[in-house]
Amino acid sequence: MNDLTYVSHIPLFVVLVSMAAVPLILASSRKPNLRETWTLLAAGTKFLLVFSLLPGALEGRSAVLHLLEISPGVDLALKADPFGVFFALISSSLWIFTSFYSIGYVRGNNEHKQTRYFASFAMCLSATMGIAFSANLLTFIIFYEILTISTYPLVIHKETPESISGGRQYLLYTLTAGLFLIAAAAWTYQLTGTMDFKPGGLFAGTSFPGSTMTVLFFLFLAGVGVKAAIMPLHSWLPVAMVAPTPVSALLHAVAVVKSGVFGVIRVVGFVFGPEVMAAYGLNIILASFAGTTIIVASLIAFRQDNLKRRLAYSTIGHLSYIVLGAALLSPSGFTGGMLHIATHATMKITLFFCAGAIYVNLHRENISQLNGIGKIMPWTMGAFAIGSLGLAGVPPVNGFVSKWFLALGALEADHLVVLGIFVLSGLLNAGYFFPIVHRAFFREGEHLEGHGEASALMVVPLVITAALSVLIGMRPDLFFHFYELASLVARSLTGGLL
Amino acid sequence: MVENAPVLIPVIYMAACMLISLTRLRYRWLAYPMALAATVLASATALGILYHVTRHGSFNYYFGGWVPPIGIEYVIDPLSAFVLTVINIVAGLVLYHSLNVNRLELGRKVVPYYAVAMLLMLGLNGIVLTGDFFNLFVFLEISSLASYGLIAVGERGSAFAAFRYLILGTVGASFYLLGLGFLHLNTGSLNMADLAAIIPNLEFGKDPAIVIALVMMTVGICIKMAIFPLHGWLPDAYTLAPSTSSALIAPIGTKVASYILIRTLFFVYGVDLVTEGIPVTTILGWLSAIGIIYGSILAIAQSELKRMLAYSSIAQIGYIGLGISMANPLGFIGAVLHVLNHAFMKACLFLVAANLRTQVGHSDISRFDDSYRVKMPWTMAAFTTAAISMVGLPPLAGFFSKWYLALATIENSQWVFLAVILISSLLNAVYFFRVIEKVYMKSPSGVADDAGAGNDPAQFGSGEPTSSMVIPVLVFAAALLLIGIFNALIVTTLIQPMMPPGM
Repeated sequence: MNDLTYVSHIPLFVVLVSMAAVPLILASSRKPNLRETWTLLAAGTKFLLVFSLLPGALEGRSAVLHLLEISPGVDLALKADPFGVFFALISSSLWIFTSFYSIGYVRGNNEHKQTRYFASFAMCLSATMGIAFSANLLTFIIFYEILTISTYPLVIHKETPESISGGRQYLLYTLTAGLFLIAAAAWTYQLTGTMDFKPGGLFAGTSFPGSTMTVLFFLFLAGVGVKAAIMPLHSWLPVAMVAPTPVSALLHAVAVVKSGVFGVIRVVGFVFGPEVMAAYGLNIILASFAGTTIIVASLIAFRQDNLKRRLAYSTIGHLSYIVLGAALLSPSGFTGGMLHIATHATMKITLFFCAGAIYVNLHRENISQLNGIGKIMPWTMGAFAIGSLGLAGVPPVNGFVSKWFLALGALEADHLVVLGIFVLSGLLNAGYFFPIVHRAFFREGEHLEGHGEASALMVVPLVITAALSVLIGMRPDLFFHFYELASLVARSLTGGLL
Repeated sequence: MVENAPVLIPVIYMAACMLISLTRLRYRWLAYPMALAATVLASATALGILYHVTRHGSFNYYFGGWVPPIGIEYVIDPLSAFVLTVINIVAGLVLYHSLNVNRLELGRKVVPYYAVAMLLMLGLNGIVLTGDFFNLFVFLEISSLASYGLIAVGERGSAFAAFRYLILGTVGASFYLLGLGFLHLNTGSLNMADLAAIIPNLEFGKDPAIVIALVMMTVGICIKMAIFPLHGWLPDAYTLAPSTSSALIAPIGTKVASYILIRTLFFVYGVDLVTEGIPVTTILGWLSAIGIIYGSILAIAQSELKRMLAYSSIAQIGYIGLGISMANPLGFIGAVLHVLNHAFMKACLFLVAANLRTQVGHSDISRFDDSYRVKMPWTMAAFTTAAISMVGLPPLAGFFSKWYLALATIENSQWVFLAVILISSLLNAVYFFRVIEKVYMKSPSGVADDAGAGNDPAQFGSGEPTSSMVIPVLVFAAALLLIGIFNALIVTTLIQPMMPPGM
């Protein structure tokens, strides 16, 4: 059923639309309103184009486009399979909100070099779509590296010594990861003669020495694990939080880090495949890394007073939920992991939006300074509360849904330890998020007179994303059919067992 | 018509050389347009030859109608046509760029300079065209002598650097010539095709001279190519030479030496012999690998842009050496593609250095700041593109030579070499992003810029240099993107047909 493909240029347009916006943005650098129009136009067009791929994806069909031969025998090829559409839908829809929010943020904050900011942002989104629609490893690497480079100007946006050193660390980690990925892809190509992603794994049905497969898996893991912030490869992420908040919101909660976990699932499900993973015990390796990351990151999150850093560590933990879900190799595990890509995205972007709104409005970054702000920023902190509840896994927010399937997956795979990790982590999440909400609403604050909500450009997007989190929590198939897509992909990966 | 085209290129350069010398009598300004016209004509001829070879296969040109091994022949096969095209196009763009920077750096020496540059091109083209080892030696000497001259007219210390290069270059040439002597004594021929037929029939136990010949020729070529540890002449020569000379010799000179190495090892001695008979490639591989790491690390330590690029060249030559040493098709593709890529990248980077020297009077990285990007946005954009390509990030050209090399090392299970290639990417990133960071982010300190020793701000322009200096830089940068995206086309139509026999 997954062999259904049709030729379409839409995936290419999806990738190109924001790339085409880059020169326009650069050319209109003196007219901010026109410049932002390009961004919004590109975001809207991109989303509609991705959305038009959804019906096909729901039928299990993939839009395919072979652009050109990029290396003898390997094409630069795009394939919008259900999983790719799933990821592209999330990123492109959230880019729209982030664009509005960005405008409010950079103007409210009087940021410098706004043109570079918006241009890099558009480029990042092109790269993300390219990653989502890559049909083979080489195409994936190309867009993966483009993403690395185009994110760099955003990380160092403030150009303070702190952000420059953060940028260096970011580059060091991500470029090294890219090299591991190149080595892994080249080796895979030499072993199998193909680099095309295939549901069930391109290694399926092959047999190589266990040591080869283990080393190869570690190479892949180092390659995609950095962006997925699997410990011990995570430390670039909290440092990269020096970036402006919308960047942290979209890139470090959705596009960049999710490209990492997207890569992990591609590697697990489409390169190695569940059978090979299980046969060589690779899932155990992956699960131990992910499990440790979840617990350790949650514990570190407790100690962070800087709001964005706490969110960063929370992100690290939640990314590993997804990885752990994939490592379970069971249908519900995959479904839950993929759903968590979507649900974590909407929740975490809400929280980052809130952090940014607080920063622009009050210039406060630390949690200890947030006493009483719920009274002057009720909408913002209300959204924050919803996001926190969701990340702790409380229904009806969507975090509950993905966690439910992850837990089911753990039971299916008969890994009670994993179930324990999910439960414990839920408690830890509650432990480090609820005090923030408590401070905001139930403590008396100081120096809050004369402040109200942040500008509507910032508050409206964050209220919408919070509302989306709740709506998707109650109806997972609403609008985007996230559940249907996820379970479709999970079935294709596990060979229809359910 | 096409049959006679090969000889046309040396003739064009020789004529240009003489005519340019004559302009000194009266029309000095003619030197530049004449040099430019010569390279344009030569590039057009080379492109025609390349097209013909791709369509109809290799062909020969016999001098005076004398058939080898008695006469000398020019052999045009896919490999030589490819290298010919690359070097002439690069030279054309570099010379197009050269007018202002030469006027600034060389003053009244411009006319002889262009004459010598024509000699250099004559020599390099001859090396690529000829099918005769002794003829190759002659052209090698012509190009070497010309490059000593081109380097020696540079800034303070360049004469010494050129002298050092002369000594080492002559040692290299002598090694090559000695090897040639051994070869001739044992085979009675110096024609490459002839030798390729004779050598496999020789018994190495009985004819150790053949082995000695191979070793000596390889050592000689490696000196010219600046393979570690025979690179000593390169950093000073590239740094202190006039900007145009650096941009001309760095991308082309060592590439032509790599061409000689490929020709000698794979086309004359044969793949089996140099890999299994005599472990030349193994030694070459390890030296190249050390050179890659050594060059990259020393490049990090430099604070002068041109010197940094010079050390980076040593590392990049290592890539080519490594590709050759793999002695498999993918390594060969990687090496040849890197000849093209590195020629374009290095030309672009050295021309950026030249632009900096014309516009701000120095290329000292520690003094770079934000204002450079504001003043020279295009030059800096080109620099960034070339730098990213050097680091090896897709979809730029540099990534793909690295990709083929990585595939080649994996095919041979040479894990150390794979690691070397990947680590060196990271080292490249360190020294290039250091520059990019400064150019895009460091705010000008204000004081240092104008008070810089010996720089009279009035002498230098304030914004981008003239279009003749910006366009070549941008063309190179754009070409890097195009080569990257269409590399498969280059590989399948141009490089795969040149695969040496037995690979």
